[in-house]
Amino acid sequence: MQWGSASEFFAMGGYGLYVWTSFLATALCMVWEVLALWRRRAAARAEQRAALLGGTDETAA
Amino acid sequence: MIWSKYSAPQAFYPLAGRLIPWFAAVAVLLMVVGLYMGFFVAPTDFQQGESYRIIFVHVPAAWMSMFLYVVMAIWAGVGMGLNARLSFMMAQAIAPTGAMFTFLALLTGAMWGKPTWGAWWVWDARLTSELILLFQYAGVMLLRTSIDDLRRADRSSAVFALVGVVNVPIIYYSVQWWNTLHQGASVSMATGSKMAATMLMAMLIMTIAFWMYSIAVILARVRCVIVERESLPAWDEKPAVIHEAVEAR
Repeated sequence: MQWGSASEFFAMGGYGLYVWTSFLATALCMVWEVLALWRRRAAARAEQRAALLGGTDETAA
Repeated sequence: MIWSKYSAPQAFYPLAGRLIPWFAAVAVLLMVVGLYMGFFVAPTDFQQGESYRIIFVHVPAAWMSMFLYVVMAIWAGVGMGLNARLSFMMAQAIAPTGAMFTFLALLTGAMWGKPTWGAWWVWDARLTSELILLFQYAGVMLLRTSIDDLRRADRSSAVFALVGVVNVPIIYYSVQWWNTLHQGASVSMATGSKMAATMLMAMLIMTIAFWMYSIAVILARVRCVIVERESLPAWDEKPAVIHEAVEAR
């Protein structure tokens, strides 16, 4: 292991800004994609259920 | 098992639902292992210092951006050839994830370029062709949403996706064909790897992790697409809900 301390790890040899921005952006995109799919699925199912129930719950979608 | 059975959206829907947790679990596990190796096992690069660690997201994202485009085009082609609904739906489900990885490849590339070359962006062949790939994904998605008739939307975006495949080998070989600022391939099928073993291992683990993530997310999206496009029946509902719905009629 090449890190003497936590601050050394976060500094990334002076490249911390670039390294952590890269990893954080990737993580955020992935989390966002999963959450967006969750919402899309909920919306699609609500719409489908509304259609099944004969249009009584049309606004739920 | 009869695989052709799963070419029907109704049959594929529950299968995809059962597969998602497995791919997601493997993706998370491999990301944890890959990040640990990337930050704590892989040594400091003798030329680039610690900045090279961006490679552990940059290269997997860039590989996925190209790989997913090819897979999307193959599904589009199968859809055209066999006139199969599920194939078009797969192509539709892949595009956003492919676009996301293209964006991430460009962003992390800028993050790597600034400290290494002194510039966030240069118009060299590798970067420019990857940017064009992002526009291609956007084109595939926009073409679909701009055409109301689903069958025409499927076919138009499929043709667009298929024609655009020519850009993938251009991206891949751009560092050989042109004199680019972007470094050449660190891993190649012809010459093997030029990296330290632990660096390479961490990068490959992250790549497989991104691959598994993509499969999980794309299966989840294709399930949404199936529900949206084939409004009935409610494949995913518990029997009680369907019963209730039938009663309501």
